Amino acid sequence: MGKTLAEKLWDSHVVHEAAGEPDLLYIDLHLIHEVTSPQAFDGLRLAGRQVRRPDLTLATEDHNVPTTDILLPIADPVSRLQVETLRRNCEEFGVTLYPMGHALQGIVHVIGPQLGMTQPGMTIVCGDSHTSTHGAFGSIAFGIGTSQVEHVLATQTLPMDRPKTMAVTVTGDLAPGVTPKDVILAVIAKTGTGGGQGYMVEYRGDTFEKMTMEGRMTVCNMSIEWGARCGIIAPDQTTFDYVEGREHAPKGAEWDAAVEYWKTLRTDDDAEFDAEIVLDASILTPFVTWGTNPGQGAPLGANVPLVEDFEDEGQRSDFQKALKYMGLTAGMALRDITVDTVFLGSCTNGRIEDLRAAADIIKGHKVADGVRMLVVPGSVQVREQAQQEGLDAIFTAAGAEWRGAGCSMCLGMNPDQLQPGERSASTSNRNFEGRQGKGGRTHLVSPLVAAATAITGHLASPADLQEA
Amino acid sequence: MEKFTTHTGRGVPLRRSNVDTDQIIPAVYLKRVTRTGFEDGLFNAWRTNEPDFVLNQPQYDGATVLVAGPDFGTGSSREHAIWALTDYGFKVVISPRFADIFRGNSLKAGLLTVMLPEKVVQILLDDITDDPSTQITIDLEDRTVQWSGELHDFELDDYTRWRLMEGLDDIGLSLKHVDEIGAYEARRSAWLPTAM
Repeated sequence: MGKTLAEKLWDSHVVHEAAGEPDLLYIDLHLIHEVTSPQAFDGLRLAGRQVRRPDLTLATEDHNVPTTDILLPIADPVSRLQVETLRRNCEEFGVTLYPMGHALQGIVHVIGPQLGMTQPGMTIVCGDSHTSTHGAFGSIAFGIGTSQVEHVLATQTLPMDRPKTMAVTVTGDLAPGVTPKDVILAVIAKTGTGGGQGYMVEYRGDTFEKMTMEGRMTVCNMSIEWGARCGIIAPDQTTFDYVEGREHAPKGAEWDAAVEYWKTLRTDDDAEFDAEIVLDASILTPFVTWGTNPGQGAPLGANVPLVEDFEDEGQRSDFQKALKYMGLTAGMALRDITVDTVFLGSCTNGRIEDLRAAADIIKGHKVADGVRMLVVPGSVQVREQAQQEGLDAIFTAAGAEWRGAGCSMCLGMNPDQLQPGERSASTSNRNFEGRQGKGGRTHLVSPLVAAATAITGHLASPADLQEA
Repeated sequence: MEKFTTHTGRGVPLRRSNVDTDQIIPAVYLKRVTRTGFEDGLFNAWRTNEPDFVLNQPQYDGATVLVAGPDFGTGSSREHAIWALTDYGFKVVISPRFADIFRGNSLKAGLLTVMLPEKVVQILLDDITDDPSTQITIDLEDRTVQWSGELHDFELDDYTRWRLMEGLDDIGLSLKHVDEIGAYEARRSAWLPTAM
């Protein structure tokens, strides 16, 4: 029997295997940032250990960084200490760091692909659950905790039990206004937050094949939101074209050798997955969340569910708790939900195509009265590219705020936060209670829905603008 | 890591599913650079906003076993969630299902996460609600959970069980294979990227 892509990737990274033990897996790239690394570096110091491969380790500052006044010291002393600690650690251990103000700084999952550090056939880890993003290139990429960060720093390996494999097969063309974000939100709503638990997932089918690399990254990014260990898309010409010419991409004869190998990174025809999910993309419409986990979503044209829609007692109580937190009424139309804030950004939807798509909708319109729109590019390079294209002018002319690069309001570790009771339409990945600020309420949306919502002040799609 | 063989303590019934790590410890507490003192962040929003939240109920003071609904620990990979639970005094979390990253983190950091079938967890939740003084014993050697006449097996692979019982440092175990790591590095493709 043949092998799945995930199995091929896994097997090619096993350093040591023995019956009754986890496999020892080699890690090709370790991305680090300020939040989940300080205790790991402390651990190294305590044990008198070094970073085994500083050349396979790359650091940036993203979670804490302010998106205004980025050349000034960080005002919050606790955030500042954490960022300064990362700088000291990188210097002491010889790790390359792109700090605030650097031309290559940005969200860790945006800069890896942008630099060409993310390539097919690799294993990539980071102390951040959205590391699954990098699976879009045909790599095994997953988030780890701080103990594992220390482990990778010290050994460049991780002991891991091999997860099972699952295929998510999606076919058909996306209707106008329907984006990769809507596809993945629909998958999560179908499976729930635990549906992918214990699986390496391969996204297959022509819907993904037709997506750009940025669209594929959006899909893989949210693999963790349905519990998958990682999400993978087989590399193809679209992947090679994206990687070619980037700073760290192979060059010359090495490029040819790499592409030859990358072309073998496909699931064999006779391979079997442990599980499969099938979805028809052509029937999808813009998708939004109404609840407090990413699985609590519905098509924009639908209503908030009713308690009768849920079978067991646990689900019903979860539903009622979510509704109370979100301040919504069962059965109300999702389009009737008004927002205070629109957040366009994050490692899910903070790339240049996302900004272009939103700007295209916003152009010539104004952000609705009483709504604030934050546009936070995923990296300095994305920001500069957008400025060259004049996207910043489109956003600011509409009344939106054009900010510096970082994680920003996705998790509110910097000053960009919702106030208690405030409601956002957000292109980020989590609508957990308090995620974007204590008491804040989040609706996850695509960049297109974010733009239309900013203009109308209520959850809306671009098609609603034409009708109005 | 401390060795874990068996633990007996009282339980806290957390009747919620999909408890994400943002709830276990909000992001604002993640700015610290130390590894201790996270107990104040544990379930901070619920402890602050819900007077009848289970950790605000005095009958559960000093309990060391958290019993929760399915899909505990979803979301962010923050290991601070484990530190918050252990700093608060929890030794064991019991749930029908844990998120992968949370479970991996817990077993590295010495917090035992025990999976029991949903029906059994329901019985345990009811029993510790009816009688908060119920003593729960988690025996890692036998892989059992026992309380007031109930005895249930749980699954944990031999390797992890051994590592927890010996309190072994994972890094030390991996470094035993340092020669194999070196040999693997020698055969990696030349085109693979470096950050230098």
